Amino acid sequence: MFPFSVLVGKAVRRISRLRGGGSALPGLVVEKIDPGFMGRALTGLPHGVVVISGTNGKTTTTKMVVELLQGQGLTVFTNRTGSNFTRGVAAALLGDVNWRGRLKADIAVLELDEAHAVHFVKLVPPTHCLLLNVLRDQLDRFGEIDQTTRLLEQIAAKTTGTVVLNREDPRVAGIASTVPNAKIAYFGLDSSLRNTFPNDDELRGDIGVAPPSSLPADVILEHVDGNSASFLVDGELTSVDLRLRGVYNIFNAAAALATARTVLGDAINRAALFASLATVEPAFGRGESLVVDGKPLELVLVKNPSGFRLGLKSFDATGYATMIAINDNYADGRDMSWLWDVDFDSLGLAGVEMVSGVRAYDMALRLKYDDVEVRAVEPDTTAALRAFISSTSDQPKRIFCTYTAMLAVRRDLSKITTVEVVS
Amino acid sequence: MTKGTLNILQLYPKEMNIYGDWGNVLVLKQRLTWHGYTANILEHSAGDEFPDDVDLIIGGGGQDSGQLVIQQDLQAIAPRLRELAEDGLPMLVICGLYQLFGKFFKTHDGTIIPGIGILDLETHGTNERLIGNVVADSEEFGEIHGYENHSGQTHLGAGVRPLGTVTKGAGNNSQDGHEGARHLNVVASYLHGSLLPKNPAIADFLLRKAAERKFGSFEPADLDDSLADLARRHAGARPR
Repeated sequence: MFPFSVLVGKAVRRISRLRGGGSALPGLVVEKIDPGFMGRALTGLPHGVVVISGTNGKTTTTKMVVELLQGQGLTVFTNRTGSNFTRGVAAALLGDVNWRGRLKADIAVLELDEAHAVHFVKLVPPTHCLLLNVLRDQLDRFGEIDQTTRLLEQIAAKTTGTVVLNREDPRVAGIASTVPNAKIAYFGLDSSLRNTFPNDDELRGDIGVAPPSSLPADVILEHVDGNSASFLVDGELTSVDLRLRGVYNIFNAAAALATARTVLGDAINRAALFASLATVEPAFGRGESLVVDGKPLELVLVKNPSGFRLGLKSFDATGYATMIAINDNYADGRDMSWLWDVDFDSLGLAGVEMVSGVRAYDMALRLKYDDVEVRAVEPDTTAALRAFISSTSDQPKRIFCTYTAMLAVRRDLSKITTVEVVS
Repeated sequence: MTKGTLNILQLYPKEMNIYGDWGNVLVLKQRLTWHGYTANILEHSAGDEFPDDVDLIIGGGGQDSGQLVIQQDLQAIAPRLRELAEDGLPMLVICGLYQLFGKFFKTHDGTIIPGIGILDLETHGTNERLIGNVVADSEEFGEIHGYENHSGQTHLGAGVRPLGTVTKGAGNNSQDGHEGARHLNVVASYLHGSLLPKNPAIADFLLRKAAERKFGSFEPADLDDSLADLARRHAGARPR
């Protein structure tokens, strides 16, 4: 194959990096001039291609699967930048392929946005896929959550090996029936944890929780106590102390374990698997902990009602000063309805120090109707962050923010403390 | 001392509750409390006995699959709903139930889903999804702010009037500039957001009609809606 497109793509990548530009442009260029590039680069990897999709937790779970497989000695290619559109994968590939367009890796583990995943699997049928959940997210892009389920079904349909499914999410578990000939592996929760993860059909707590699933799961999250968790794998229970924060991240660890087992089968080194899991750090903005004025500052990304509810549940407000920043840019979702599907009672005792973002007043209004005291509202995130930090200098802090608000907050924080740079 | 108790019935909270419909119930409940009354929230799900004592009814949007599930039950309670609407009971129906309060919904493959005909309007499924921020002008309620997301397009008959005229967004359909419908004390709208938090005038209208119907008068407190005003102003400045 003539490597012209690879050279052009690499050149665009170098130039756009020098200019500090976006990470996806070179991917866009190479997709245009050489639509076959991605398929060629990803074909023939010894362990194939794993696609990870779903509405919540893709970034953290992908990071976990990558690190679990690296811990098993594999060289893993991934789209680490969180640019989970097809062109983001192409851009990441350009950095890693040689001039012939060949990738030196044992396996590719790719996080893909639901809609882009459908496009991707038509170009590159995945060996395995991991489908996490279908929660209310970005309905202004996809219409309805049943529609999002249809997208995930298309990923499963193109998968040549095993489809790994969340048995606790009725929409995801139901995908199994649409691929009758595929090999299915499930991950799940012990019934004692079921009510910690209400799905969107169980949104209002008093309606009750669906009965526990009877589907056989390869990996079950049995118990969570703070950052310590135990997993049931092949009938054997293992406890691990994790660096990940938040119950939802810990459930994603079950998903990652099931996927690593799917990839390696009997060849897996179980001790190394759990040792790797214990060292996984949260992905950026997903319960990431920074230090400001000698006190911890945690960033919690919230982008849909389920994620916000779990975030509030996972991170105890006691002793913490809280800021919430809500934007409604395209990447955040423009509709504010989702804020009304989250209960903020847990913040009632301590109140909220600062509310910020483009839709700060929508958020403040939401809190008012839950009788949560709001001490300041400042739509500008830079001014809000400054005021928040100076008024709470002696306290640990926590900031819940939507995607673009998080990018803005991290940028400002990087000026006053050490923030990991993710390019 | 409470000024009295109003029973607020939420229709199909399980089947038709996507998109912040709880926000509307919460706003009615809280505002009623702040006005000095007591709110009693009731729920009606498919198959339930319809409660005897109801003062205000509220219903939301759902996925297409949710609409199919409630179809039979809605027809069964339709005579009660019609009778209560004729008697001046205030109702708020959003999106999916707005459509089903009309005469019919014709899906884009031609299937007719009968409505319950409280509102003189019909809805036609299309392949075009109307999504985005909406601002509408209403003589009754002033400027209305919300967010629409629907592919059914609704056309009003002579028996209802529009809730408002859009100045941003589409509203009922992509042609006539109407948003929502008004008839008796029924308010129908495509707008999520949720609708009532940023439009307290509509919330207080529903509460007033419910209180007047039950007690003969409504004695509201003077509530501070400055946060809602600011939220409206910022929402109005956002792109479609």
